[in-house]
Amino acid sequence: MNFVTDTDNSIKKRWTKRHLLGLEYLSADEITMILDQAAEFKRLAEQGETKLGLLRGTVVANLFFEPSTRTRTSFGLAAKRLSADTVEFSAAGSSLVKGETFIDTARNIEAMGVDQVVVRHSTPGAPHLLAQNLNTSVLNAGDGTHEHPTQALLDIFTIREHRGTLQGLTVALVGDISHSRVARSNIWGLTKLGARVIVCGPATLIPQHVEKLGVEVATNLDKILPELDCINLLRIQFERQRSGLFPSIAEYAHLFGMNGERLKTAKDDVMILAPGPINRGVEITPDVADGGHSVILDQVTNGLLIRMACLYLLNPKNSP
Amino acid sequence: MTSTRIRGGRVIDPSQGIDTVADLVLQDGKVVSIGTSSAAADIEIDATDMIVCPGLIDMHVSLREPGFEEDETIATGAAAALAGGITSVACMPDTQPVVDNRAAAEFIILQAGRAGLANVFPLGAVTKDCNGEELAEIGQLVEAGVVAFSDATRPLANAEIMRRALEYCGMFNRPIFNHPAVPELVHGGVMHEDYVSTELGLRGMPAAAEDISVGRDIALAKVTGGRVHLQTISSLGSIDQIRRAKAAGLRVTAEISPHNFTLMDERLRTFNSNYKVDPPLRTADHLAACIEGLQDGTIDAICSDHQPYAPEKKSRELNLVPFGVSGLETLLPISIASLIEPGHLDWPQLIGKLTNGPANILGIPKGTLATGAEADVTIIDPQVEWTIDATQFRSRGHNTPFDGWKVRGRARTVLVAGVVVYEV
Repeated sequence: MNFVTDTDNSIKKRWTKRHLLGLEYLSADEITMILDQAAEFKRLAEQGETKLGLLRGTVVANLFFEPSTRTRTSFGLAAKRLSADTVEFSAAGSSLVKGETFIDTARNIEAMGVDQVVVRHSTPGAPHLLAQNLNTSVLNAGDGTHEHPTQALLDIFTIREHRGTLQGLTVALVGDISHSRVARSNIWGLTKLGARVIVCGPATLIPQHVEKLGVEVATNLDKILPELDCINLLRIQFERQRSGLFPSIAEYAHLFGMNGERLKTAKDDVMILAPGPINRGVEITPDVADGGHSVILDQVTNGLLIRMACLYLLNPKNSP
Repeated sequence: MTSTRIRGGRVIDPSQGIDTVADLVLQDGKVVSIGTSSAAADIEIDATDMIVCPGLIDMHVSLREPGFEEDETIATGAAAALAGGITSVACMPDTQPVVDNRAAAEFIILQAGRAGLANVFPLGAVTKDCNGEELAEIGQLVEAGVVAFSDATRPLANAEIMRRALEYCGMFNRPIFNHPAVPELVHGGVMHEDYVSTELGLRGMPAAAEDISVGRDIALAKVTGGRVHLQTISSLGSIDQIRRAKAAGLRVTAEISPHNFTLMDERLRTFNSNYKVDPPLRTADHLAACIEGLQDGTIDAICSDHQPYAPEKKSRELNLVPFGVSGLETLLPISIASLIEPGHLDWPQLIGKLTNGPANILGIPKGTLATGAEADVTIIDPQVEWTIDATQFRSRGHNTPFDGWKVRGRARTVLVAGVVVYEV
């Protein structure tokens, strides 16, 4: 097989960060570097270069302390596309069940010769804890209700791909803002790249002082709908919620669900995004999810490229 | 007949309104005089440029024994107290088993005697097993030597139980110490609810949870005439209410911990578990209210809220680690750094919050250098500069947010019942 062993490595030369803990901790320039690197991988893929040798000889460990299908698969595949070896770990059936701490588990896996750790955890800050305790590079694949940087990067990449820029666009994040790590990462990334961001949902799902993050707050979707260029429909986090935060799913779908009827009042070129997994019929009806405005499957495809870019830029080995 | 003369120090005893350079003379474990003494003493201690005050009292300490000796024992906690200049501690009853019966209280007193270090005054549980449902054997606990009642970190959630506890304790003139919080509002919380909690995605605990509970306890103090002591207050709203309750003549007292008047919620941005405390670190407006409350006497006492934990319990994910800091050895230096150095309090005010303030609430004959009082004395070097190093703690709990802080002032010599038990 003919591996491509190097791309235009000028981005990697400029990259200085060791960890990707969240978009709060990246500059607009750094975010753009990741997007550009992902675009470069997309260009190569479109030329048929799907297997790159950039991370050959390195080991990426996927440490998933919380269930995940698409993020985990996406990271695993991204590593393989770059020719890295991968180690898969899940909390179920591990020594965590025997009482080992999360840090010790990660240290043990690191001691086996791991170069990069991808971590998903239910507690905010868990990747920070690993960054403080491990020598390898740490990529946050979602920490509780804090950040999910690669998801936001792929959302932003998808928007940029369609619109060319984020500057001046109005993007709404709709749904459970309080319990959403996707919302927080999107807010950091979108605002840094110049988008206007509105968070919209039931008042009980909008956290206090969220406007200090540089966003506007709305509780009436129909009112803001005509202004929106992009709508990111966040999943209602049934598993993270305290009960009683809104009266019923039916009422939520009535007030905040995106359906064909509601879509008619939006701009003609409005983009519908959803980080998934989606609850069909709750946040979004099937006609919208599968309709012409939806870029949901583009997001999934782009997720792979974003994760390749992050793994490549952050990998401590093979630096040019 | 052993006599000791502590010579030439600045003697500060707020219980008597004393702040003067003088000699303090002790004999057979009691205070004899404050003044100029020329009589020869068996032991001479030069206290020039030092502050000489009643032994400090920490009214809110967890000693963890019995049941959690990996975190602390009565002996290690008492040693940590002395190293912090503290000669008396009041310890929380949430051990395993809980101090809800006479035998449990007597065990603590016995172990403290064996350790032979700081004085230890046990608190009894208000309710059996600190479960908030049924009153503990309060009368028998009083007979065993318990000085006050608390369910420790568990708020007394049931207003009816709180009311009955106040009425019942009134028979013995003992206060109820409550940790003010509405459980359903703080449930699952890790930090103060505000902008930073929103940013970090960490579940918040609103200040209103404390305010509501304080308001309820003040109302019950009024209805029962009982003594309510509000533990580790931290919110602007609480302090306002306590100020008004005191002005109205209610028997309400309050304490605060150094971390709550020193640190803000922003510290959690590091995700360092040593900043996970209950009540949580709050914002600048709450901190300012705390300082004001200390200045005008709304807050009676400063306590460490010593919550030591073995390292394996604190080096975990934030939602799994327990709340609290190991505070005995930083109580004095952090109070100096946050209150004396910026000029918020003067020395007599600070010493008062650490001596007769807590002594009055606990109802113990401590915190004074009055003639005939037990000679518990702390000699403070107010100028010495040093660096807090958690690895040097006597406490088994090294969980402190102040590790590495450069501070000024510490206890140089500590006497309990006239005997030097600690010296730097």
